[in-house]
Amino acid sequence: MNFVAPDISPVIPEIFVLSMACLILVADLYLSDRFRIVSFLLAVGTLLGAAFLTLSDMGAERVYTFSNMFVDDTLSDVLKLAIYALVFVVFVYSRRYTQDRGLFRGEYFVIGLFGTVGMMVMVSASHLLTLYLGLELLALSLYTMVAFQRDSATATEAAMKYFVLGAMASGMLLYGMSMLYGVTGSLEIAVIKARVAELGVDNLILVFGLVFVVVGLAFKLGAVPFHMWVPDVYHGAATSTTLYISTAPKLAGFAILIRLLIGGLEDLSAVWQDMLIILAVLSIGIGNLIAIAQTNIKRMLAYSTIAHMGFLLLGILSATPNGYSSALFYALVYAFMSLGGFGMILMLSRKGFEAENLDDFKGLNQRSPWHAFLMLILMFSMAGIPPTVGFYAKFGVIQSLIDVGLVWLAVVAVLFAVIGAFYYLRIIKLMYFDDPETDAPVQATVDMQVLLSVNAWALILVMPWLGSIIDLCRRAIAGL
Amino acid sequence: MSELLNNAVSLVREALWDPLPGWFQLGLVDLGYILAILLPLLLAVAYLTFAERKLIGYMQVRIGPNRVGPRGWLQPIADALKLLLKEIIIPTNANKFLFVIAPMLSIAPSLAAWAVIPFTDTMVLANIDASLLYILALTSVGVYGVIIAGWASNSKYAFLGAMRSAAQIVSYEIAMGFALVGVLMAAGSLNLHQIVLAQQGGFHQWYFIPLFPLFLVYFLSGVAETNRSPFDVAEGESEIVAGFHVEYSGMAFAIFFLAEYANMILIATLTVIMFLGGWYAPVETSFTIFPPIIWLLVKVAFVLFFFLWFRATFPRYRYDKIMRLGWKIFIPVTLIWIVVIGIATFYTPLGHLFH
Amino acid sequence: MTFELLTFFFFSAVLVFASAMVITIRNPVKAALFLVLAFFSAACLWVLLEAEFLGIVLILVYVGAVMVLFLFVVMMLDVNLARMREGFGEYLPMGAIVAILMVAEMAIVLGSGEFSLANMPQPAGHPEGYSNTKELGRLIYTVYVYPFEIAALILLVAIVAAIALTLRKRPNTKHQNTAQQIQVKRSDRVRLVKMPSEKKPEN
Repeated sequence: MNFVAPDISPVIPEIFVLSMACLILVADLYLSDRFRIVSFLLAVGTLLGAAFLTLSDMGAERVYTFSNMFVDDTLSDVLKLAIYALVFVVFVYSRRYTQDRGLFRGEYFVIGLFGTVGMMVMVSASHLLTLYLGLELLALSLYTMVAFQRDSATATEAAMKYFVLGAMASGMLLYGMSMLYGVTGSLEIAVIKARVAELGVDNLILVFGLVFVVVGLAFKLGAVPFHMWVPDVYHGAATSTTLYISTAPKLAGFAILIRLLIGGLEDLSAVWQDMLIILAVLSIGIGNLIAIAQTNIKRMLAYSTIAHMGFLLLGILSATPNGYSSALFYALVYAFMSLGGFGMILMLSRKGFEAENLDDFKGLNQRSPWHAFLMLILMFSMAGIPPTVGFYAKFGVIQSLIDVGLVWLAVVAVLFAVIGAFYYLRIIKLMYFDDPETDAPVQATVDMQVLLSVNAWALILVMPWLGSIIDLCRRAIAGL
Repeated sequence: MSELLNNAVSLVREALWDPLPGWFQLGLVDLGYILAILLPLLLAVAYLTFAERKLIGYMQVRIGPNRVGPRGWLQPIADALKLLLKEIIIPTNANKFLFVIAPMLSIAPSLAAWAVIPFTDTMVLANIDASLLYILALTSVGVYGVIIAGWASNSKYAFLGAMRSAAQIVSYEIAMGFALVGVLMAAGSLNLHQIVLAQQGGFHQWYFIPLFPLFLVYFLSGVAETNRSPFDVAEGESEIVAGFHVEYSGMAFAIFFLAEYANMILIATLTVIMFLGGWYAPVETSFTIFPPIIWLLVKVAFVLFFFLWFRATFPRYRYDKIMRLGWKIFIPVTLIWIVVIGIATFYTPLGHLFH
Repeated sequence: MTFELLTFFFFSAVLVFASAMVITIRNPVKAALFLVLAFFSAACLWVLLEAEFLGIVLILVYVGAVMVLFLFVVMMLDVNLARMREGFGEYLPMGAIVAILMVAEMAIVLGSGEFSLANMPQPAGHPEGYSNTKELGRLIYTVYVYPFEIAALILLVAIVAAIALTLRKRPNTKHQNTAQQIQVKRSDRVRLVKMPSEKKPEN
């Protein structure tokens, strides 16, 4: 038997988060509701610890372990750090909201952490098996978090829809993977890549497998025409859960897209480029157009997410390293914008009141000018208006399209981005030019106030370091 | 004389046996083996009921059945005849097909499981590699008879009994499976034959000593799995009349009855094989006192005695307490003991205790 | 036709029949029972493929536990099939298109020759004393230990989720409080009433 014990050291962050989640699970049993905050602090501390572990191991070159099922490279490190940061902020933002609604329970954080482990597994997957298992781990955690609000009919309905469509997407993905396996004879992504290079583009089954993989991934990302679940889930779930779903998992989804399409099937780029063009154009178009008709801000942001996913796909479909790194940058920027946007909704919600209609933002300037301004930055960034970082994200993607000669696509993207700017600016109009419907003061805990301000201001103040961030994205892609 | 007999045998063989195709011969031989196991088993079932009534009678200071035959010895035969002659009544609106098939589903697994039981070193019908798993799988399938009977009867009592039984059997199966994992770890094999061989060399080598908690859990779960008192809430005659088989009469009822007792004997035999050294004598001697099969049967009878003793002694458990016992006591105990075995075997010098 | 082939065809026929019945039969309990039959036949096919561990575990886990609980639930529910069949015709064309696409796609994939017998030679036979169970265990705990642990984690999440979502105190449930029952005093239950032993006549 020629088995070498695997090198554990690259997996230590995963093991740490998992062990801490189990610890919190047990410790939470012995806490009374008064001390529930301890679970919260432990969960938040876990993420900090994981960030420390990942950072201390960063910079090393690509390491494979566990029989080539786990890969630790720059891309995985960058995405993992972003995921820790996002989940950390999600937990902090949602503390008061969940406390007010009886959702502040140990299981909430434990499942959030399990989902984080799932994302980490996805980000570091170099084998179809681990990729799929990570995805399922994340998906199962998300279904649970959506259903967590047991007394809410909309949350239950959203969980049901999410579960059924998510299971279907997994089925599609598995179906595609099985075909890839059938043709290449391996589940290891590197081996698949080598075999695909031998087989060439004309292999029919390979193309079929690719179709199913792309459909499955599009489902998970929520790209049109596989977007049906996004608005309902975003709307139905408790806003704290929506916050979680709309941020970190998008990065994990981006990671598996990169790992599969570029790490394994880049030689088929001519084939998947066409598919992604359809998905991207439809997503940007339909996402932006339908968002205009929404009166519920959660639904509006859901459609805006769909449009953003379209932009993400635009970066990937250029099939150049430049495009991939701009897509990575876009994904990171999007996740933090979405974090701020839903964080804002969380903050305006009070006990017994959900700030989920556009009208709830009316006259925010008169109630709290500071928060209105934060929202202004967030909306500018989402719309892609300079000098926010959202502009540079869109700019990078469009530039990569022009580089490969897809000018018409770039024009379409810009056109819809301009149309999309309408509904972002409408919120600003509501905040600054309309009268408030209520004079309830805007309240939030100090930690949330600070983080939210940092979150929004970072979208502008990060400018001086923009170059190094984009450079990091380039290195992450180059290290694939 | 013996030559004549030999000649006659060979003549019969040439005329009747040899022309048969090979697979048919094989089938016939196997059929013979199967009958050789099943007929004594069914007889044992019949007399187990008799033993039960007698024993419980003595424990309650009565005599028990004593009218039919000398000292009541023919009682089970009379019972069987009575049941055979009774009419099978199918309730209105019952699902006829399922109603009829349920008793068969109940008895088939409990008989099929005997295929892999090693009676002695050489006496086993099918010495398959994963026989422990096979047993587990078949015992878990037995619950279908109960559930289908309860549902197909179109009766509330039967349905309640079936529901109770389904939950109970599924719960206890987990504890049972975990207990068997301990045995598997100790013996290093899923093969029942190998498991017995690993316990050779006197009673101090039998697994009931190092795996005592698992032994208890397995045996008690076995009692629960067979729906025996004190876990017989599925029948619970004082609560839901007779539970899942309330609508059955005649032979259909008798088959349920047979299945329950055959399961009891099966569980007892498995306990003996896995924890009490199978066919080995308690003390190794240079000469054989009894043939190995006798040792096995004596041990099985000993374990069966406990089944009857329990019934005479304990009041019925309440349903939620049964669930609590299964989930909150048995499963943690088995889990902890598995960890203990693992750690002791690989990290301490005490590994030899667990083999 | 060898015996092996005969068994294969028998079990596959049963499997196909049972699967078809699962989706066409009207009674949900019967559908679940046909699913059990389908699992059973599939397990037999696996045993035929010399994967006896998987075959037995399929029976143990799916037939012995999952389907029992499934039946448990299905029997308790009063499923109104007439209501479930509403809108069947409405969805039929869409469903049919998807189904036809799937069938066509399967036909193309399987008919492409990629998986023909020529490309997929018969695997070499196993040596004497080969144990499927042992080999699986060896691989799972060495090469595949990482996915195996993640799979375990998924199960843990499922357990936590199931408990977190279902274990909640509803206001109207009735619980037995043993301590309260034991502490009960005579005065809580019995009231002594003084009344004359005989009633006075009306007038």
